[in-house]
Amino acid sequence: MSNASTNTSKKTDEVAIQLNGVHKWYGQFHVLKDINLNVQRGERIVICGPSGSGKSTLIRCINRLEEHQQGDIIVDNIELTGNLKNIDAIRREVGMCFQHFNLFPHLSVLENCTLAPIWVRKMPKKEAEEIAMHYLERVKIPDQASKFPGQLSGGQQQRVAIARSLCMNPRIMLFDEPTSALDPEMIAEVLDTMIELAETGMTMLCVTHEMGFARKVADRVIFMDGGEIIEQNEPEEFFNNPQSERTQKFLSQILAH
Amino acid sequence: MSVTEQQYAPGEHPDLPPPLGEAGLIAWFKKRLFSSVGNTILTLVAVFFLYHVLSAIIFWTLTGATFTGETKADCDLGGACWLVIGDRFHQFMYGLYPTDQYWRPNLTFILMVVAIVPVLFDNIPHRGKFLLFSAIFPFIAFYLLSGGWGLETVDTDEWGGLLLTLVLGVTGIVASLPIGIVLALGRRSNMPIVRTLCVCFIEFIRGVPLITILFMASNMLPLFLPEGVNFDKLLRALIGVALFSSAYMAEVIRGGLQAIPKGQYEGADAMGLSYWQSMRLIILPQALRIVIPGIVNTFIGLYKDTTLVSIIGLFDLIGIGLVAVADVKWRGLAPETYAFIALLFFISCFAMSRYSLWLENKLHTGHKR
Ligand SMILES: Nc1ncnc2c1ncn2[C@@H]1O[C@H](COP(=O)(O)OP(=O)(O)OP(=O)(O)O)[C@@H](O)[C@H]1O
Ligand SMILES: [Mg+2]
Repeated sequence: MSNASTNTSKKTDEVAIQLNGVHKWYGQFHVLKDINLNVQRGERIVICGPSGSGKSTLIRCINRLEEHQQGDIIVDNIELTGNLKNIDAIRREVGMCFQHFNLFPHLSVLENCTLAPIWVRKMPKKEAEEIAMHYLERVKIPDQASKFPGQLSGGQQQRVAIARSLCMNPRIMLFDEPTSALDPEMIAEVLDTMIELAETGMTMLCVTHEMGFARKVADRVIFMDGGEIIEQNEPEEFFNNPQSERTQKFLSQILAH
Repeated sequence: MSVTEQQYAPGEHPDLPPPLGEAGLIAWFKKRLFSSVGNTILTLVAVFFLYHVLSAIIFWTLTGATFTGETKADCDLGGACWLVIGDRFHQFMYGLYPTDQYWRPNLTFILMVVAIVPVLFDNIPHRGKFLLFSAIFPFIAFYLLSGGWGLETVDTDEWGGLLLTLVLGVTGIVASLPIGIVLALGRRSNMPIVRTLCVCFIEFIRGVPLITILFMASNMLPLFLPEGVNFDKLLRALIGVALFSSAYMAEVIRGGLQAIPKGQYEGADAMGLSYWQSMRLIILPQALRIVIPGIVNTFIGLYKDTTLVSIIGLFDLIGIGLVAVADVKWRGLAPETYAFIALLFFISCFAMSRYSLWLENKLHTGHKR
């Protein structure tokens, strides 16, 4: 991938996600320490950092797969509290892709994609199927619609997972290492899909170690370590001129390969 | 290995059909049964034993058995005396149900088949309408069997034989699955009160023998009920059987729930499905499929355990069998009686186990576990 950023930012002034002084503990273990983060609508953010630094925990707090114990998380102007209504409202607007896809193995690809629109959005089945086919075409696997997830390659499964999230027409997409369980050839096909998605102006938060992807589409790269945001910057600045020692060390490690 | 291995240039290898299985019955026999001296000896010994056992069984049940005659004295061929079954056939089927009302259990049985088929098979046309019928069938069956509203009333004391066994078995099976699911979900719930209740119920029921539950239901329950309130003995037995098997069912299903990876719950949550939606659409279909063998195992166990009701004075198949064996006219014919009862049970249980195999194959969608 080229070094020059092909990035045409779709960032707006509207705030999509706001985290103010967020703390989280697993038992005695302090995973997230005073996280402050504002994400603008249309902004693409890449989060990186060493293993165990709390990246997954952070983005999983945004759709309440994990509960934070202190601070405020406001997504799409809805405050994330114990209120189930708010949680449901946020989950409807926030799509998520996982490292291990988490497709539903007992449902066909098409059924995976239509499930949430039908049951959560109360969409008629036919309409949901049309939308599902539209997104399956966008991720370039419409011909696999009637297969089951277990019959697809990893890259295809992850693209189905992306299509499945998009079928809910989310305003924000979260990705947790979407390519780290894949072979290089499949990584490329999933990244291509994500780049295309980024170009539509979707607000994206992406945990990944694909630095080429970060350079190409990110508006901002965030580096986490030990549960804190150590450094954040535009990709060019971040990679060429890292400020903190820990960032330098991390970058030298992953770019060494 | 293969005779002619044709060579292809790299990248030019065409798609070939898979190799044929080794052809011929003789080759099969040779390979499976007579591949070495040891195997040949084993095969011959096995055949020898099979021959003796099978010929004895065939003699007793068929060739040496008596099928026609009036009394036990007619049975002089040395094999089984099936006359006792013929003589008491109606009791084996209906118990003491009034003879002129036999059409009612018969009709109920036919309707039951109509009601069960759409539940078991999803590829029949107009399944939705048939399922509606399945849903109201229990009420129709109750009306047909017990009467009232224009039909002669038949007390449940008079129900018996296969009829009673089926009523107990089918009701137990139909009730235990949903109750078991609710108990299993409750036991995994985050709400402490719900969880505690479910755990207590399951552990209590599993900790005592079915027979004590039946005794309690039939003897002790009336003591706790207010004077004059007296509900049916069969109903009490039914509740006992259903509760007993639902506790087992709950644990089988919990095993399935635990086998579902956390990612499935998270996938469902992240898409905004509610708790009940994700259970119904995502988790339970997968969990239940994993534990089909366990569920059917419980069903079969429950179906056979219904025979214990003969101890609290209900005349199910075993109850009728005990009466038949005690009959002076047919003294000493216990083997025939029990063999017949065993056959009836075997047919139902074998059908259940074949169905479960078929279902497992059908639901296999290519994902590995
Ligand atoms: N359920 C849990 N209970 C206790 N500790 C946990 C739990 N989940 C994660 N942790 C711990 O929290 C820390 C952060 O985990 P997290 O999964 O967010 O890391 P990560 O940055 O995503 O790492 P990776 O790059 O390996 O995915 C880790 O030290 C982990 O051991
Ligand atoms: Mg992680």
